[in-house]
Amino acid sequence: MNPVEIVGIGIHPFGRFADKTATDMGVDAVRAALAESGTDRFDAAFCGTAYGGVAAGHKVLDAVARTGMPIVDVEAGCASGGAALMLAAGAIRAGQYDTVLVFGIEKMPKGIIRSSFFEPWREEAGLAATPAYFALRAQRLMRESGVTKEHLARVVVKNRRNGVDNPDAMFRKAVTADEVLASRVVCEPLHLWMLCSPNEGAAAVVLRRAEATPRVALAAAVLRSHLPGSVLGEATPMAGIDDTGIPTPTTLAARAAYEEAGLGPDDIDVAECQDTDAARELLSYEELELCPRGDAARWVDDGITERGGRLPTNPSGGLLSKGEPLGASALGQVVELTRQLRGKAGPRQVDGARVALAHTVGRGANASVTILRAP
Amino acid sequence: MPSMPIPVHEGLFERDENGAPYLIGGRCGSCGRDHFPSRDVCPYCGAGDAVTVRLPDTGRLWGWTSVLTAPPGYQGEVPFGFGVVELDGDGLRVITRLEESDPDRLAFDQPMQLALTPLHVDDEGNPVETYTFMAR
Repeated sequence: MNPVEIVGIGIHPFGRFADKTATDMGVDAVRAALAESGTDRFDAAFCGTAYGGVAAGHKVLDAVARTGMPIVDVEAGCASGGAALMLAAGAIRAGQYDTVLVFGIEKMPKGIIRSSFFEPWREEAGLAATPAYFALRAQRLMRESGVTKEHLARVVVKNRRNGVDNPDAMFRKAVTADEVLASRVVCEPLHLWMLCSPNEGAAAVVLRRAEATPRVALAAAVLRSHLPGSVLGEATPMAGIDDTGIPTPTTLAARAAYEEAGLGPDDIDVAECQDTDAARELLSYEELELCPRGDAARWVDDGITERGGRLPTNPSGGLLSKGEPLGASALGQVVELTRQLRGKAGPRQVDGARVALAHTVGRGANASVTILRAP
Repeated sequence: MPSMPIPVHEGLFERDENGAPYLIGGRCGSCGRDHFPSRDVCPYCGAGDAVTVRLPDTGRLWGWTSVLTAPPGYQGEVPFGFGVVELDGDGLRVITRLEESDPDRLAFDQPMQLALTPLHVDDEGNPVETYTFMAR
């Protein structure tokens, strides 16, 4: 199989941009990625978006007059960008295409995400309360391990401090644990600052079949969906029997990605993981099998995922700093990690990073895990 | 005369001849596991021969929180309790509203009882109700 390399990245900052459409932001990200790649020719384009509407990716490429090739929108909730990467990488490895443009765009309304995922009666009964599902997940993590509210606050402190150095982030002000715990409760035990903001943005990546050893290789790009019976591990609004011992989509995707890359959790030098809420990041440490089940609290106590720690996680500031434009969030992670592996992450640079992992969790439930590798 | 409450959705719950509410679950004819809400295809094994069953109306609290601001599409009052009740018997976990909206007044494994609660009044003036659980 041909290795796949990342030859161009581009990002439109994540935030709120009243005078810009999702198409405008996509154009900025795509132009930047193509300029870096040194070509404006590509064989196919995949666009991750959940709220973009009909032919959203097509509109972006029409705006830059680069059409004629297949243009396909890909939707997998918050994992849409990861899903698009998987399809693009698979097509290149199979020899179908040499160069593929992958991008993600989103312009989300403010507040609790309204999702067509919920049946109308669940909305009417008040059960379409997305943060409440996150809260149940957080409460379960706290019950089953040593995680406390203070641990959750410290995840926010870490990510917001990282975000200070990221010009593409929405929030660039450091916060203290006391301030996090003083922010209003959204759904106990989650406070407002422990939750990411749905917002707007775009990111793009150009993938190419590598002829020689790539500068940054896409070593794995995997999407997995939940196994029947998985109840709350990924906030699936489904009732069911005890899900203990049923691997979550994140674990399924991680195991497949490690195998695809020929690497293991111990090889990861830097990670960007889904911090939709602070508890979700801690759960990710365990579900990605980066740390043993039940050890997430100790990882926080030991500072393992701090910028200077053994496995810096969310050096970009994570979704807690950047906000979450669904279709673009996974590709935003890949942009950050490509910069890290190129040694071009500026003040956010993780020294000597060679293997990087990106992770998202999406409605469905599903999860994507992407692994990048430098020589 | 006030109109009879109508269910937020058909097939979720019923009242028995004594007026006691119960949830309508599905039981798979193939793997035997229960699910809620009921559907023809078992969510666990995929067999298409599930039948409806009356689920136990008692259980224990497995998880809870409180919803303080109205989520999308919801016209009722806030705050309200939200959680998962593990039903007695097979331990089916049901995502549900809770009558208690103060998280400090609930506890893990607290015994719970099914009830019905009004949500809002629809465009034709009918009160709309749904299932909920209260501390027992």
